Amino acid sequence: MSNMKDMTGEQIRKKYLRDGMLPTIFCSGCGHGLSIDYVLWAIEELELDIDKVSFASGIGCSSRIPGYMNADGLHTTHGRALAFATGLKAALPENNVIVFTGDGDCTGIGGNHFIHAARRNIDMTVILLNNYIYGMTGGQLAPTAPKGSIATTAPYGNIEHAFNISELAVALGAAYVARWPVSYPYQPIKSIKEGIQKKGFSLIELMSPCPTAFGRRNKLGKIDELWNWYDQNSILVEDYERILNFGTEEERAGIQGKYKIGVFQNLEKPGFIAEYAKLVKRVIAADDAKFGGDL
Amino acid sequence: MTFERDPVRIRRVLGDKVQFIQGDMAVAYGGLLAGCSFFGGYPITPASEVAEGMARLLPRVKGTFIQMEDEIASLAATIGAAWGGVKSMTATSGPGFSLMMENYGYAIMTETPCVIANVQRTGPSTGQPTLGAQGDMMQVRWGSHGDMEAIALCPSTVQECMDMTIECFNLAEKYRHPVCLMTDGEIGHLREKVVIPDEDEMDLFERVLATIDKDKFIPFSESQTRDSKVPDFPTFGSGYHTYVTGLTHNDKGFPATDKQPDHERLILRLTSKISDDREKLTSVEEIELDDAEVAFVSFGASARPCESAVWDARKKGMKVGMLRLKTVWPFPRDVVTKLSKKVKKIIVVEMNLGQIYHVVKEYAVKDCEIVLAPKVGGDMHLPHELMEYLEVSN
Repeated sequence: MSNMKDMTGEQIRKKYLRDGMLPTIFCSGCGHGLSIDYVLWAIEELELDIDKVSFASGIGCSSRIPGYMNADGLHTTHGRALAFATGLKAALPENNVIVFTGDGDCTGIGGNHFIHAARRNIDMTVILLNNYIYGMTGGQLAPTAPKGSIATTAPYGNIEHAFNISELAVALGAAYVARWPVSYPYQPIKSIKEGIQKKGFSLIELMSPCPTAFGRRNKLGKIDELWNWYDQNSILVEDYERILNFGTEEERAGIQGKYKIGVFQNLEKPGFIAEYAKLVKRVIAADDAKFGGDL
Repeated sequence: MTFERDPVRIRRVLGDKVQFIQGDMAVAYGGLLAGCSFFGGYPITPASEVAEGMARLLPRVKGTFIQMEDEIASLAATIGAAWGGVKSMTATSGPGFSLMMENYGYAIMTETPCVIANVQRTGPSTGQPTLGAQGDMMQVRWGSHGDMEAIALCPSTVQECMDMTIECFNLAEKYRHPVCLMTDGEIGHLREKVVIPDEDEMDLFERVLATIDKDKFIPFSESQTRDSKVPDFPTFGSGYHTYVTGLTHNDKGFPATDKQPDHERLILRLTSKISDDREKLTSVEEIELDDAEVAFVSFGASARPCESAVWDARKKGMKVGMLRLKTVWPFPRDVVTKLSKKVKKIIVVEMNLGQIYHVVKEYAVKDCEIVLAPKVGGDMHLPHELMEYLEVSN
């Protein structure tokens, strides 16, 4: 494997990004650009053949990312990326499928596809950029929005409960689940690498600041404010478990409502593609035994 | 391991050359024969048997069947598989077809070859699930938002369910367009004799793959290698690094959403690649039209009682014929205009309250009387009911 330090970020971008599509549509302070870097570093370090990597996405800011990649990209309909990617993976079982999606795309309109893709354990890597808002359409309420947060469609504060996407994926038996804020530079790359190498469904949820549509309305409009907010409101999953089980009452009160970050789940179980290949082998063998193997 | 169509295995899996099967199963047979290797589906009456057939057959030819979580996902996966380089299809009925409209538009916009079998029932909404109807003849044409053309075939027999499914794949590949087999609950659940074509009795049109230099390839423009408005296909994984988007895009495939000429140029190519070939790609059957003074125009299941009515009328010495639209979209307008110049009256027979009737009216000459013979509720027209429409008013 190549060493990260062998290349600069600029060299990585030159190697993998498409001429003619830059600059990105992202606002200053948006975290999505970092996620592009993290995925590219992971691809570079794993020495994947980019011709054999297919990107897919739905609709929203995060879903524009495949357009910047100099690779095959399927920019699909709102919420449906995982369903498109399922067919794509079935047709190209040996290629890598990486899906970019957002919290609204994946768990608002696309929630049904998300739970079934995870349940099916279809082999793909999902990079979910969670900015807790519908950014592209101008700041409407997302299913991940913190209680009490302000959105254009929740002008008096959000009274609903937020989706905890990574916990949901854990419950669905996803093979690999991790959550990191984009403000952590190395851990996301490691998790994306692990996700890509994992057989089955892997989810890497990246907390990605949206100063324009989320921060501005929630007194977190300056770029560093959202980054600090992530730091103050997140806790490593190992620390969370330790405090929950063995912490003092004071410590336990302190972790209430914090976002757990880290690797949530890492299972070894066969993915859909391997299971299906086994089924085909069994059926074909039965046919050949019945009719004779020579066609 | 990319799928390769294996004719010997397909024929072995299908079994006897002559069989007595239902229409839905014949759709599955047609898909298999055409080389379909991916089916994404969701249960719905009266189309479930297509999915059940594919679930049973596809693994035996090394293809993939996945029962998806809904019809939206079914068509999405079907389109995704097409970009992975295989022939793919799904099947549904009215409510599922309504759910598919968004991705149907996506397939049109992204020029994705795939097949949708719609075993029609009636609506609105859940309607009569177990009974046939022709409720979606306009939805297939106009159901998704924006400007588009449609390709839709209507089988009237179980044999045609199989043959036309193969033809749907050919048209999908030729025009890079989602093609709909608009069958219905009557034909879907009807059992009839079918004769399975041998390999040399079929013409299969295979996808024209991109072959030219990667840096010279233009993915969303007229073909660079043939005289065709349909671009060559850059399968994912073949190194062309194609960006496929439902946004208005330029010929490189990049979003070009805010300029009028880009959109107009794209949409005019997407529509004219089909409308230019309208009369070439449409197909009709003419019965007793040579001396006819009155003609039925029908399609699908409702063409069957029409044909009986034609023979009953002929026995009585009445000059009656029938035009059966095997292709309904694009609409065979020249054939209908010509017919309207020849006969005094056209009776449009369909299992709805009038959908194709309006299109016949649009393309018929003014002197010809156009009458609708509708029927809804799940019963088919009876020949003697149709006889009542034959009287010519002067």
